[in-house]
Amino acid sequence: MSAATGTAGRGVDRRTGNALRSTEARLLAFAVVITFAAHVLLGWSQGPEVPPSAIVTGVAMTVIAIVAHITVRTMAPDADPTLLPLAFLLNGLGLVFVRRVDLAAGSDLAGTQTVWTAVSVAGMCAVLVLIRQVRTLSRYQYSLGLLTLVLLILPLVPGLTAGPINGARLWIDLFGMRFQPGEVAKLTMVAFLAGYLERKRVLLSVASHRFGPLLMPAPRHLAPVLLATGVALVVMAGLRDLGSALLLFGVFLAVLYVATGRAAYPLFGLVAFAIGSTLAYQLFAHVRVRVSIWLDPWSQVSNAGYQLAQSLFALGTGGLTGAGLGGGRPQDVPFSATDAMFAVIGEELGLLGATAVLVAFLLLVVRGFKISLTARDEYGTLLALGLTATIALQTFVIVGGLTRVVPLTGITLPFMSYGGSSLLGNYVLIALLLRISDESRGAARGRQMERPRTGKSSR
Amino acid sequence: MMTKQIGRVATLTLLLFGVLFVNLNLIALVQSETLSSHPANRRLLVREYAIERGSIVVGEEAIARSIETEGDLEHLREYPGGALYGHITGYYSFILGRSGLEAALNEQLIGQPLEVLAQNLGDLLFAPDQAGNTVELTINPRAQQAAADALEGRVGAVVALDPTTGAVLASYANPSFDPGPLSTHNASAIREAWEPLIDSDERPLVNRAIAETYPPGSTFKLITAAAALEHDRSPETAFPDEGVYDVPQTESDIGNFGGGKCGEGETISLADAMRVSCNTVFARLGVELGADRLIDMAERFGFNRAPPYELDVANSGIPKEMDEPSAAQSAIGQRDVRATPMQMAIVAAAMANGGRLVEPHLVRAIRDPSGSLVRETAPSLWDEGRFDGQVVSETIAAQLRDMMIDVVADGTGRNARIDGVTVGGKTGTAQTGGAPTVWFVGFADQQVAVAVVLPSAGDDDTGGQVAAPIARAVMEAALGR
Repeated sequence: MSAATGTAGRGVDRRTGNALRSTEARLLAFAVVITFAAHVLLGWSQGPEVPPSAIVTGVAMTVIAIVAHITVRTMAPDADPTLLPLAFLLNGLGLVFVRRVDLAAGSDLAGTQTVWTAVSVAGMCAVLVLIRQVRTLSRYQYSLGLLTLVLLILPLVPGLTAGPINGARLWIDLFGMRFQPGEVAKLTMVAFLAGYLERKRVLLSVASHRFGPLLMPAPRHLAPVLLATGVALVVMAGLRDLGSALLLFGVFLAVLYVATGRAAYPLFGLVAFAIGSTLAYQLFAHVRVRVSIWLDPWSQVSNAGYQLAQSLFALGTGGLTGAGLGGGRPQDVPFSATDAMFAVIGEELGLLGATAVLVAFLLLVVRGFKISLTARDEYGTLLALGLTATIALQTFVIVGGLTRVVPLTGITLPFMSYGGSSLLGNYVLIALLLRISDESRGAARGRQMERPRTGKSSR
Repeated sequence: MMTKQIGRVATLTLLLFGVLFVNLNLIALVQSETLSSHPANRRLLVREYAIERGSIVVGEEAIARSIETEGDLEHLREYPGGALYGHITGYYSFILGRSGLEAALNEQLIGQPLEVLAQNLGDLLFAPDQAGNTVELTINPRAQQAAADALEGRVGAVVALDPTTGAVLASYANPSFDPGPLSTHNASAIREAWEPLIDSDERPLVNRAIAETYPPGSTFKLITAAAALEHDRSPETAFPDEGVYDVPQTESDIGNFGGGKCGEGETISLADAMRVSCNTVFARLGVELGADRLIDMAERFGFNRAPPYELDVANSGIPKEMDEPSAAQSAIGQRDVRATPMQMAIVAAAMANGGRLVEPHLVRAIRDPSGSLVRETAPSLWDEGRFDGQVVSETIAAQLRDMMIDVVADGTGRNARIDGVTVGGKTGTAQTGGAPTVWFVGFADQQVAVAVVLPSAGDDDTGGQVAAPIARAVMEAALGR
């Protein structure tokens, strides 16, 4: 092992696995208590009784937390102790706000989402059990690359597709369940990128070809990555999922930059993005609409700009301290249980609550970068970085969209928005980060690691 | 080796989150007020409709009230008063906003200042049974109904006041509108009701009693006479009775209504000139007194300012500077002199009230949901700045009052007579090209003062023929006859 071993020891928490897991357990308990308390407060806004749903959710969250904790303790004892509690806190608050939207809309999404929480955490545990070494994933990188494309195309396949919903074709119907394969495609794409770039990174960082003012590597090294990403972007654009397209592209640039150390790539990427955006603006009416809403939502407040205006109304009316749980009007904000949940949070918990939620995301992201820095090998570094960038960028795109920093595109708020595929994908992501951090800490403490079965880890 | 790059990506990420934090602060703190009160933001509206808005009451009957209803907006505004009180109550519409008293007394009707409503975001959920204050009006329902009946089929307005208190007993403008259909919770139904009101040439949304001015014609002679009496003239002062008054500085002279002289002799007294509405005498008075005295007296009676009132009253006006021909014209209420019916009712009330100008008011009392008094309107004289509430001396007021009684007893206002009641008044017929504007202003005892205007009367109509009977009907109703 070359460079990666050198970074592995730095900044690693040298506490024993047991101490880490006890910290994690306390933080998990804290997350469950916060969730339960918020749920009770929400109930009290409707009447004097503690709502049964709060107790059901509280019990469910407790059981799920215990299972998750035991799994991590046995399968990844040296893993970062903050990831799971942060994910759990966001997930729990998300459940409270899904319940909040239920109260306003008379729907019952919270029950389903609680089931999805259990399924997703089970998915996380399964990944921890199945993938003992994150390197094993790199053996399947081309399969993962192919899988990414298949997953992206699935919603267009007749017989599977759930048809266009809100203008986008993102869903498939599988065994009577609605599923969004793109949520998994994000992860497989990051895994593919990490594997491919790990192997090609030296080649790619040697600039041998001049491309205008930029020094570029031989095109053939870059071709598969460009191809995969390009296809992903085209498919996403074709599916009218601009948010995910933006997300994938940003993650791609971040991983490419970190792998090669050449700023020319992201700069080239940004130029390509600018050209692509201009083209998309010229070609697609729905892109033009998004941009015009972003520039001026107020002149179209009752039609195209409705959602953004309502989001800003919610956040603005919430002010510093918010209307209190149950005091807002999620029924006024379209997609309040999914894409626009952050606006509901801002209205009811105020600037303070919204900031707290963003800080939780930021903490998660910071831990992710740290895991990337301290990963045992380059594959782990790149994978952790890609996964972390996914969460960071996804949060930025949706929160920035709802607050008019960037054009609003439909994408979920990680861990919080209603939606099973999204939640499952996010927990799988957490599982991978747990696994990578477990390996680096374990290695630092001299824990006996299984030898990687692939011979491709070092050059 | 990749440490540096990861650090940079992390830094960039922190910057992006920094932008989110800064922007979130801007929205939630700096833009908060604009956003929470934006017309397309339903939150304030929903909160306002959650309150049981207070009723507006005339006599014992609610002319506007709120009832609980299903849906997002929890209360529906009903108007049992309908078009009879449409201009007074105004509408209360989630699309059109508020008008009339619904707008003017909004904070009383919802029971709290708007700022409080906007601030206490969540509180309403914990105090769902809020109710606003009840507003009781001074309107006499019989007089109001009489005004509507008398104006049936005509464009016009009636204002009736209690001359000693300023309490408005009737205020009706025809055509009117029913605020009910404008105040439903159905947007398309509202538009359907609104469009004909907007499109109509008769402009039913305009409250002609207070919101528009008309040339007062001969009713303005009361003010010219007041100025004359204050400057060395008496009701007996004789003026040349001539068929045409030769106005200085101009070729366009002033004649009398119908042509000819006003009386039989060489001269005519001021009182007789008033009784028969003699233009030549009053035009001459305008020139003799001079524009300044005329303007001063008009302003003392309330011109060039608007009376304090719960609803917005248009400014009645007289030019601030006039040459002699203008003074002559203005002295008989033509040219650029304009007045609202409300203003002329206040003038008539002053004559019946010893020269004291009263402040008109529509609200008698405001009560909280438990029925206890929040506010009661105390009668008050309209004095502001350099203008005293005592416009002219009691002596001059009595002289003017007697002259007005003569007008009804044996002059142009005979159609306003009521048996057993001392009625005084002054007719007016303003010719301003097109249909004449006809008036009657007057009083019955010290019980009621009235102004009637019909701004587009028939070509041969006069105030005495058309407006005086309407005034009589309203005064009779106000007197309980």
